[in-house]
Amino acid sequence: MRIPCPYCGERDAHEFAILGDATLTRPDPAAPDAETRFHDYVYLRDNPAGAHEEWWYHANGCRQWLRVKRDTRTHAISGAVAARADATSPRDAA
Amino acid sequence: MRYSFLSLLANGLSGQSRWTPAWRDAAPKPAYDVIVVGGGGHGLATAYYLAKVHGIRNVAVLEKGVIGSGNAGRNTTIIRSNYVLPGNEPFYEWSMKLWEGLEQELNYNAMVSQRGILNLFHSDAQRDAYARRGNAMRLAGADSQLLDRKQVRAMYPFLDFDNARFPIQGGLLQARGGTARHDAVVWGYARGADRLGVDIVQNCEVTGFLREGDAIVGVETTRGAIRAGKVAVAVAGSSSRVAGMAGLRLPIESHVLQAFVSEGLKPLVDGVITFGAGHFYISQSDKGGLVFGGDVDGYNSYAQRGNLPIIEDVCESGMALMPRIGRLRLLRHWGGIMDMSMDGSPIIDRTPVPGFYLNAGWCYGGFKATPASGWCFAHLIARDAPHEVAGAFRLDRFRTGHLIDEKGVGAQPNLH
Repeated sequence: MRIPCPYCGERDAHEFAILGDATLTRPDPAAPDAETRFHDYVYLRDNPAGAHEEWWYHANGCRQWLRVKRDTRTHAISGAVAARADATSPRDAA
Repeated sequence: MRYSFLSLLANGLSGQSRWTPAWRDAAPKPAYDVIVVGGGGHGLATAYYLAKVHGIRNVAVLEKGVIGSGNAGRNTTIIRSNYVLPGNEPFYEWSMKLWEGLEQELNYNAMVSQRGILNLFHSDAQRDAYARRGNAMRLAGADSQLLDRKQVRAMYPFLDFDNARFPIQGGLLQARGGTARHDAVVWGYARGADRLGVDIVQNCEVTGFLREGDAIVGVETTRGAIRAGKVAVAVAGSSSRVAGMAGLRLPIESHVLQAFVSEGLKPLVDGVITFGAGHFYISQSDKGGLVFGGDVDGYNSYAQRGNLPIIEDVCESGMALMPRIGRLRLLRHWGGIMDMSMDGSPIIDRTPVPGFYLNAGWCYGGFKATPASGWCFAHLIARDAPHEVAGAFRLDRFRTGHLIDEKGVGAQPNLH
């Protein structure tokens, strides 16, 4: 697998570390059903066979977080964009 | 036909022409008491124990391909019960006990070989951790033995004891651990279940569920609709997809795990050895190939094949453990799709959907669990109550906080 890093160009996947599903949104801790929402956010996954959006960190490169679109059936990567620049954690950027 | 020395002799004298198929390739009936989805080791064992222990014989096992062609045919065949946590260890020890009587129970040679599994340690801290693990095993009735460096050297003199970074200080031995022949386990359970009246239906993929109100009352398949009193799913690797058809999201990600076999050698490794300073384990098959593996690739995958970085990583660990394998050639390698759960432990439980039972989340420890998984899942389906050694494998433990996290790495499935 090669990931097209927007800063470094196409680089081998072993330069990157994966965090996982990029479609999850951190719930509002003040919401009345926050407990249920946090359970779903932390533990439940769609786990699709097909298109998957995920966070990758270019650890041995530019050290930027990327949002990568990849097919879990073929490993084909169809794109990578930078996570929002002002986010402190990539999961907060979604 | 009951297999015995006499049946071997009689068939040998008649030119091996009188053997009959070990099980029927059944066509689906319109309805069953229980449908087990998934014709791997766990599904077939579940059907076998449903019929044998609980007397529920109107059962079908539905398999989308041929039986044993998923993870049952892709593992590294190791059996052991060397866990720590009270939610896990009694279950795996029960599995070990079932392995010990399996061949007599099934009248089938599953090639269960208790050749011992040795977990090496490389530091004082790791020795302490393994001493604790060994004690936990003994408390659950399993066997364990803490070996020092000299004792390990007597067993495996060819290991790299004086490795500059990871010198071997000793190991934790479970002498009752070992290996079994994965295909024979599948075939043995299939034959046993079939003889008790279970229908094994191959090339029958579940494409949806029949509903009556909230409840699931059957399945839609590529071979037509089949009604059932209860639907039990044992499809590790595809659990999220099948549960998704029932409207459930699971605490599981699918990941690819690679395994490797070298060219054949004369006897070299007579037990199972695991490296303590990296993720690497190795044994030798009866054909002579070294069978080994390591970590999952780390990204979600349904592809049943992995990538080169992890191959390099596994081989580097192997070289750090036993440099003499450096000139061996890899004969083949393959990937299987693991249900990586959020705490690294499995799920055997009812679900919020009435009539729908779930056996999932085996990470990469499913093979050794096959007998107990079938035993406990059958118990759950038949009695609607968990078996005592599988009571912790709840689907709702992530909500209640009763996680079973052996490694203590949290809700990051690729680290378990």
